[in-house]
Amino acid sequence: MTTTKREKSLIVIQLSGGNDYLNTVIPYSEGKYYDYRPTVNIPQNKVIPIDDHYGFNPSMGPVKSLWDEGKVAIINGIGYQNPNRSHFRSMDIWHTAEPDSIGKEGWLGRAIRDIDPQGENVLTGINFGRGLPRAMACPGVSVASVGDLDTYGLFPDVKDEELRMFTLEAFSKMYGGAAGRDPVMELLGQTGQDALQGADILRTAPAMYSSSVEYAPDSLAQNVKSISQVFHANVGARVLYTQHGPFDTHAGELISHAKLWDEVAGAVGCLMDDLKEHGTENDASILIFSEFGRRIQDNGSGSDHGSGGVAFMIGGAVNGGTYGEYPSLAEAEQIEGDLRSNNDFRSVYTGILEDWLGLDAAPIVNGQFEKFDLFKS
Amino acid sequence: MISNDTALMAHLLRRAGFGANRDELESYLEIGYDGAVEALLNPSDPGNMPDDLIRRYHVEQSELRDLPGSSAYWMYRMISTSCPMEEKTALFWHGLFATGYSKLNQARSQLNQVEMFRRSGLGSFEDLLVELSKDPAMIVWLDNNENHGASINENYGRELLELFSMGIGNYSEDDIKGCARAFTGWTLGNAEYMSVRAAKDSIWPYGRIAWHFDYREEDHDDGEKTFLGETGRFNGEDIIAIIVKQEATARFVATRLFQFFAADEITEAGEKTIEAMMATYFSSGYQIRDMLRTLFHSEYFKSEEARFARVKGPVEMVVGAIRMAGNYQDPYLGIEKVADTMFFMGQGLLRPPTVEGWHEGAEWIDSGALVERVNFVAKELSNVSSPGVRSIIERLEAGADQGVLQPSELADGCLDLLGPIQVSEETRSVLVEYASRHGDLDLNDHQPGDQAEQRVGDILRLVAATREYQLA
Repeated sequence: MTTTKREKSLIVIQLSGGNDYLNTVIPYSEGKYYDYRPTVNIPQNKVIPIDDHYGFNPSMGPVKSLWDEGKVAIINGIGYQNPNRSHFRSMDIWHTAEPDSIGKEGWLGRAIRDIDPQGENVLTGINFGRGLPRAMACPGVSVASVGDLDTYGLFPDVKDEELRMFTLEAFSKMYGGAAGRDPVMELLGQTGQDALQGADILRTAPAMYSSSVEYAPDSLAQNVKSISQVFHANVGARVLYTQHGPFDTHAGELISHAKLWDEVAGAVGCLMDDLKEHGTENDASILIFSEFGRRIQDNGSGSDHGSGGVAFMIGGAVNGGTYGEYPSLAEAEQIEGDLRSNNDFRSVYTGILEDWLGLDAAPIVNGQFEKFDLFKS
Repeated sequence: MISNDTALMAHLLRRAGFGANRDELESYLEIGYDGAVEALLNPSDPGNMPDDLIRRYHVEQSELRDLPGSSAYWMYRMISTSCPMEEKTALFWHGLFATGYSKLNQARSQLNQVEMFRRSGLGSFEDLLVELSKDPAMIVWLDNNENHGASINENYGRELLELFSMGIGNYSEDDIKGCARAFTGWTLGNAEYMSVRAAKDSIWPYGRIAWHFDYREEDHDDGEKTFLGETGRFNGEDIIAIIVKQEATARFVATRLFQFFAADEITEAGEKTIEAMMATYFSSGYQIRDMLRTLFHSEYFKSEEARFARVKGPVEMVVGAIRMAGNYQDPYLGIEKVADTMFFMGQGLLRPPTVEGWHEGAEWIDSGALVERVNFVAKELSNVSSPGVRSIIERLEAGADQGVLQPSELADGCLDLLGPIQVSEETRSVLVEYASRHGDLDLNDHQPGDQAEQRVGDILRLVAATREYQLA
């Protein structure tokens, strides 16, 4: 469509439920790890080492390949002061960048508003999956939420295509008519038109896309494939969001956590291949985060809610490497049996907003935070 | 032609309930408007399946400690009740005294709060505030368990004045301190342990434990306080007695009731109605029921100006459509998915985003939410096997000349039976054109699910998708 230099986009993969940091980036050289994790551990010989001390979960092969290419930033010990172990509250904190009081606006909602203040493009921000994550919610900001790209839009349950087209046409007429002076009817009309327009553009995306990459059939890989299709349709999507889970591995962790990371690493590997194939590797970066890490001591079958986690930034334009210290497992350093975070998540947001999306971060993340040099300049 | 009585009764039931199907509407019309107002304002037996049977037979709605089962349970109560005003009132207070699961991790305590709204939500505002201040979910939500005689935590004291009664600008920071001091010692049983459990979101080792109010005299600051110009050794009840006397409180409560039960925007005529509600507030001894009676009998409420003057909230939208379609009359499995749908539209029951509740009115409308709203209601109302839709088809047939409906009769009939809903001339002409696609509709000898019936379903789908259907 367009040949001009494209704008940078952010892709977010949220790991819902609390990803177990200790079994994701594993401190395999440390005896304490195996002391605290007598059952729920990754044996040394299974770890994929990245150096003499740390290594990836064995399910993260594709991430290791990207690591070797220098495209993976590991952000250690990420979190916030006074950790909250409630899924909902902690996720809200990450979404609103507001740990101390209850925030009203999502950080990405604010970013979308700054990117497109007049709301000219209904597809600046898109969530893949139903409902809107609070991260993208912000009054006055329209964000499309795509459950299934192939059936996205109005009346997906009408199977008779002719009837559906006829109904959409009627809908368009009903929402296109003059609304008189009533501002609410006016708003409804405009919003209905936006929804139709967004759906029309999005529905064309799969047809415009071709790729030799084959995504797995799991829901995350399919959502990531949709992300790639929409991203490559050049519709001006700048923030593309999806989530995967449940990472809430209280029981049977070794099996479920491995499966989940198989899916995440597989989807990310495919997406990076896809970007490479399209020559867009340097135009999108992927943030992977979770609302908290898990308890240091295992519970015999899984691990309970903890604090201090890990985030990843992945992309062709990312400065690969590790950022921040891996929190100590020493008892004196723990907070109530959990890892003590030493990197505020808002410093990562600040880096993304300023150095990747080119926005003023402070008003979005509610303050000044030192940032890492996560992106190649 | 639709009589004005029918249209007015439908309006009342959209406000004091979740809308009404034609059978319900006719039974209210039998007792007349005044009788209907009294019936709605004085709830009796809601007719739902008793809780003990739900516990026995519907396991999925019995895990009352977590969110899905609990919101499904409340959904069922709203869908099945024959006293819709009781649930509508509870929903109103849930939005105003917004308490969220995120911090509590204890939905049972929230359902207890909702039950308190059912019990006390139409009574005296003074009693309601006292109950609210003793409500364990509220105590943890706004940290009153951390409000100690020796060191106060102002959170509850501040929000009680700002968000729950008078509104900002009607008190000083010193008043907030006096208020907070008066509520020291108002906590829940075993508070320290319970708050750690809530923050850790842990069910180990004993599961979640029910919460109850506990007054700790030794932690209460019994000293002299000054509050809104009055001085004394006030306790919480004394503070509330002072709050409810304030003109600002009367205005706040009347305005919030008006915006939820009458119109999003306050016009000049609306302002006069709010003043009348404020007068009732004082003359009745702060009775919510009496204020609402004043509202429902006001000229403004009965006027055209108040019709369709509210954007339906997601809960109203979903519950209204399900009640119209006659589905989920028992607490079936699957209702928790319906609760999810409301969350996708922007209103998760029991999980308001902040203590401010939801931003209502036009803020319900964004493109993602609109797609969810239209798709849900369109699917619900176009399903011709649903009992409510079958009843619409029967009524259309009964009203047709020799069982045959012209396109305009089909469109008008559907608008009538789903409301009556008033639509613009333009909307109506699109509906009629749509109905003309296959000419006249012959409902003679129609069979469940046949093409003739499906044509009715198609029109109902499109009516559900109109702009006008988004409004109550």
